Amino acid sequence: MSAMLSIARHEARRIFVSPLAWTVLAVIQFIMGLSYALLLTEMVNNPGSLNQYSGVADYIGGGLFGFSAVLLLLIIPLMTMRLFAEDKKSGSLTLLTTAPASLTEIVLGKFLGLSVFFLAVLVLMALMPFSLSGGTELDNGRIFAGLLGQLLMMLSFGAAGLFVSTLTKEPVIAAVGGFGLLLVVWLLEAMAYGGGMFSDLFRHLSLIGHFEKLRRGVFDTADIAYYLLFITFFLWLAVQRLDVERS
Amino acid sequence: MEHDILIEARGLTRRYGPNVAVHNIDLTLRRGEILGLLGPNGAGKSTTMKMLTGNLAPTGGSVKINGIDIALEPKKAKQSLGYLPELPPVHPEVTVDEYLDFVAALHGVKKADRKAAVAKAKQSCGLHEVSRRLIGNLSKGFQQRVGLAQAIVHQPPVIILDEPTVGLDPIQIREIRSLIAALAQNHSVILSSHILPEIQAVCSRVMIVHRGRVVFQDSMAAVNAQNASRLAAIFRNAPKSFVVPGIASTQSLGEGRFVFTPEAGTDPREALIAASVANGWGLLELKTEGRTLEEIFVSLTSGETPEMKEAA
Repeated sequence: MSAMLSIARHEARRIFVSPLAWTVLAVIQFIMGLSYALLLTEMVNNPGSLNQYSGVADYIGGGLFGFSAVLLLLIIPLMTMRLFAEDKKSGSLTLLTTAPASLTEIVLGKFLGLSVFFLAVLVLMALMPFSLSGGTELDNGRIFAGLLGQLLMMLSFGAAGLFVSTLTKEPVIAAVGGFGLLLVVWLLEAMAYGGGMFSDLFRHLSLIGHFEKLRRGVFDTADIAYYLLFITFFLWLAVQRLDVERS
Repeated sequence: MEHDILIEARGLTRRYGPNVAVHNIDLTLRRGEILGLLGPNGAGKSTTMKMLTGNLAPTGGSVKINGIDIALEPKKAKQSLGYLPELPPVHPEVTVDEYLDFVAALHGVKKADRKAAVAKAKQSCGLHEVSRRLIGNLSKGFQQRVGLAQAIVHQPPVIILDEPTVGLDPIQIREIRSLIAALAQNHSVILSSHILPEIQAVCSRVMIVHRGRVVFQDSMAAVNAQNASRLAAIFRNAPKSFVVPGIASTQSLGEGRFVFTPEAGTDPREALIAASVANGWGLLELKTEGRTLEEIFVSLTSGETPEMKEAA
């Protein structure tokens, strides 16, 4: 347990001393800021689009989170690629595997460290809609639901990316593979539209469908359970993969 | 739990598909011992060490660290281990202090004791002046020392070092050697190398591995004792046969060169000189000669020696 927290703290430090983390944060914030400004301008120019069902929180928050999902899909594989691939390449993974820590603790530790970065993304993102609270009445619940969806989605992307990172020694391959995997899970939604006998299955498995509901402020236990299962599944796969490597 | 035997490996075997990297190695390390693992490149030294440290599951056999089976209770067994692999497992993006503090925490050193532990490891490995520098900016030699500091920061009873002096300059090599000798007072060390003088300088016992098998194992004292076992001499007018008390057998190497094997417990040098003077053999040179570690190593690891066939 303490080994896991030590790994998490150290991993968070390693992420935040790298220029990559700050570049990613800056790019995310710049693009999100841009889309926030666009959404605001659009709303001001078309005040008629707001009604009793769709308020500022919906318009700005929902729009923002919908857009950020695509951005995160592109960017999170870059944050997860190094987690195991780089350590394997440099040989420093041996440090963790020789220490009195189980593989589960190692994987969870790294994942927790990564989550600190996700929290930073989330806080920066939350600042934008909440900055409007001075000027208007916001539906905080909707924004919080959106933020929760955002966090769960980042964690899911992170878990999948972490697993792909255990498969290879090359961080770039881990990034490409992670991106491919996320895109496939994402596109399951499109496959569901095609109909056929598996369309229900595809709809349930797709990441984006579950996010849509939260984005619109619908808090459904099934969606939360989906994300938690998704995260657990990929972290479990990562542990299995590391165990196979040892034998 | 205090155990006199800190590492006990029995029948350690590792296969990679049809290739046998390590075959049936038995290894015992006692408290206070420095065991040198010698072997040509690719002999299975690193594979053996990976198995001893739980980084590689053996195909067959078992490893006990401090009396605890590493396959059954890996976390408990690994608490007694410090390991420096071939590549120092350092994180280039953090400073030496941050890194060592993390390693100490990872091995369960309590927060209150961590600073002292890190300071001690840094002092042992001569890292004080680079405490606050990023590991990635350090030279290869310093990175190697950080790797060594990492293996000893939590004061484990067993320290396993895979080629610890690679990439160091001669002065650093001497420092590391004296560090290893100092460590052996409180810890047991396994050290691999293909540099013979290094093993000779620090180890109390030596084990030669070739093609995944143990081909030689003895204490350094015994190896050194063998050193004075034979006599090599050159004569100007060598006789057909030597009749000198104390000489068991004679072997001619041509051009007046001879190797004598003395009878056990005797030193026939004086008698040989006296006989040479009396008979006018014209002794030009006389020296003791034995199987040095290097000779043992070369004879065991180059080609098919009788001992190899025996082992196979």
